[in-house]
Amino acid sequence: MKFGVVVFPGTWSDRDCGWVVDQVLGAELTYLWHRDTDLKGCDCIILPGGFAYGDYLRTGAIARFAPVMEQVGEFADRGGLVWGICNGFQVLCEAGLLPGALIRNASLEFRCEWTNLLVERTDLPFTSKCAEREVIRVPIAHGEGSYFADPATLSRLEQRGQVVFRYCGPDGRVVPGANPNGSLHNIAGIVNARGNVLGMMPHPERCSEAELGGTDGLKLFRSVADGALKVLVS
Amino acid sequence: MIARVIVTPKPVVNDPQGITVKQGLASLGFREVSDVRVGKYIEVNLDTSSEHEARERVEAMCRQLLANHVIEDFRFDIEPEHKRR
Repeated sequence: MKFGVVVFPGTWSDRDCGWVVDQVLGAELTYLWHRDTDLKGCDCIILPGGFAYGDYLRTGAIARFAPVMEQVGEFADRGGLVWGICNGFQVLCEAGLLPGALIRNASLEFRCEWTNLLVERTDLPFTSKCAEREVIRVPIAHGEGSYFADPATLSRLEQRGQVVFRYCGPDGRVVPGANPNGSLHNIAGIVNARGNVLGMMPHPERCSEAELGGTDGLKLFRSVADGALKVLVS
Repeated sequence: MIARVIVTPKPVVNDPQGITVKQGLASLGFREVSDVRVGKYIEVNLDTSSEHEARERVEAMCRQLLANHVIEDFRFDIEPEHKRR
């Protein structure tokens, strides 16, 4: 199982993701530079958090044109696992690999805090280690994480069960007070219809070791690593 | 040619910046302000003498990069460059 972590100019969470993959999970890791035109045999591509290309124009708008993104798009079309975290989620939306867009937080504030997430899908390669409707604690750190999609897109996402994570209270209740950024339907993460491209605003790589205050994020990394093992064995 | 592109959040998209500016204006006494939307202004210089061609190209630029159709609307004017303000 080989993870590839994409690095754009301005990416800041690449080493955090790489640390979890390499040091905590013990899986194979390679970094992919934005100019790379081959994915070096990776099984899962992570687009990490940060401010790719300074978030000029809009978050993710310029990163979409990076040479590596053409490969990521083709990889996703072939069913490869693509995981966008924070800025990576914004890039996936701009690239059209996920529907909708992330806009300015309703509070206008950069929010850096712990959130509770209701896991609504556990049949995905990214969440198989989570229990049904488990509440996981994962921090956010963003100024533009308010999920928006037009009503038709939103109802399609809901009907097809493409909402993977929703901001909730500690008891799992999805309430307005648990929504840190004004996302429609408290959406924190979505998956494409095929289930191989995940985008999420919270940072699982920042809660994968007890020293950092929580290990719920590691469940997602383990899910990806173990899922790939199953594929290799079968 | 110079294109002056204005990008605004779609009416259905929540615009917290606009709401905050409106509140600021109200607190300064501009109570007649009923709505504020905050967008972007982009100037694009083009090496072409055909306004028709410039219009087509800028339209394509807006659709492909300058605006995100999910959340934004765009409009633009085109003028010969010597009229540049």
